[in-house]
Amino acid sequence: MELDLQKQIDELKAKVSRMEAGTKDQLSMVVFSGDLDKILAAMIIATGAAAYDMKVKLFFTFWATAALRDPKKNGKGKNIIEKMFGMMLPKGSSKVTLSKMHMAGMGTAMIKSIMKKHKVASLPEMFKIAGELGIDINICEMSMNLMGFKKEEMIDYPNMTVCGVATFLSDAQESKIQLFI
Amino acid sequence: MTTEELKSLKSNAIVDARGTACPGPLLAAKKGIGEIESGEIMEIYSSDEGTKNDIPKWCQKMSHEFLGIVEEDSYSRLFLKKA
Repeated sequence: MELDLQKQIDELKAKVSRMEAGTKDQLSMVVFSGDLDKILAAMIIATGAAAYDMKVKLFFTFWATAALRDPKKNGKGKNIIEKMFGMMLPKGSSKVTLSKMHMAGMGTAMIKSIMKKHKVASLPEMFKIAGELGIDINICEMSMNLMGFKKEEMIDYPNMTVCGVATFLSDAQESKIQLFI
Repeated sequence: MTTEELKSLKSNAIVDARGTACPGPLLAAKKGIGEIESGEIMEIYSSDEGTKNDIPKWCQKMSHEFLGIVEEDSYSRLFLKKA
C-alpha cells in the first residue's frame, strides 16, 4: 500500500511538471486585421500583457502585415503585380484606416484627432512602446509573399522575425492566452 | 488604509501618468516599479478613471500590496508597496 502511494505521488509530480512546462506566462496573438481600430486594440492588449510581465508574441498575417511597412523604405526586385499591391495597400501604421466610419478618410482623421485629445498613443507610438517592452513580432512569410512585401521595407523593430504557421502554433501551445484579432 | 494614513505616507517614487489614456498608466506603473526596491512605496498619479480598477488587479497579479487611493480634484493618487 505504501509503495502504491509513493508511485502515485511520483506520477502526479511528473504530470504537474509536464503541465507547468506546457504553459508559460505568455500571450500569443494573431493580428490579421489591417484596420486601425483592431490593430490598436491588439497593441493595447499586447503592451498591457507586457506590463503583467507576460512574454508577448504577435503573429502578423494577411492585411495586418501592411501596418508594419516603413513609409520611408522600398522593397527591391518587385514584379508589376507586387508593385500594384504595394501601391494599393497602406504604407505603414500611420496609413491604416478605421474598420467602420472611415467615410473616405474623414472618419479616420476625426478619430485620430480625438485620440490625440484623449492622449491615446498613436499606432506608430504603440509599435515603438512594444519594441521597448520586448514584445516579439513574427510576420507570416506567406502573407508577405502574397502581398509582395519584402523584409527590407518593414519598420526597424528590435524583435521581428519572418516565419510560418509552425512558429505561431508552437508559441500558442505554450501560452496561457491566445487571441485572434 | 484610511485617506489620512495614505496622505501621511512617504513615497519612494512618484509616477505621474496624468493625461495619458489606457494603457499609459499601467505601462508607467510597470516602468516605475522597476526603479524601486522591494518594500518601498510608489505613488501613481492618474486622471484615467479605469486606472482605479486596473492598478489593484495588476498589484494582485504581481504580488505588490495595493494600499489605497486618495482622490484629488482632477486626478487620483494610487499607493502601492513593492513585493
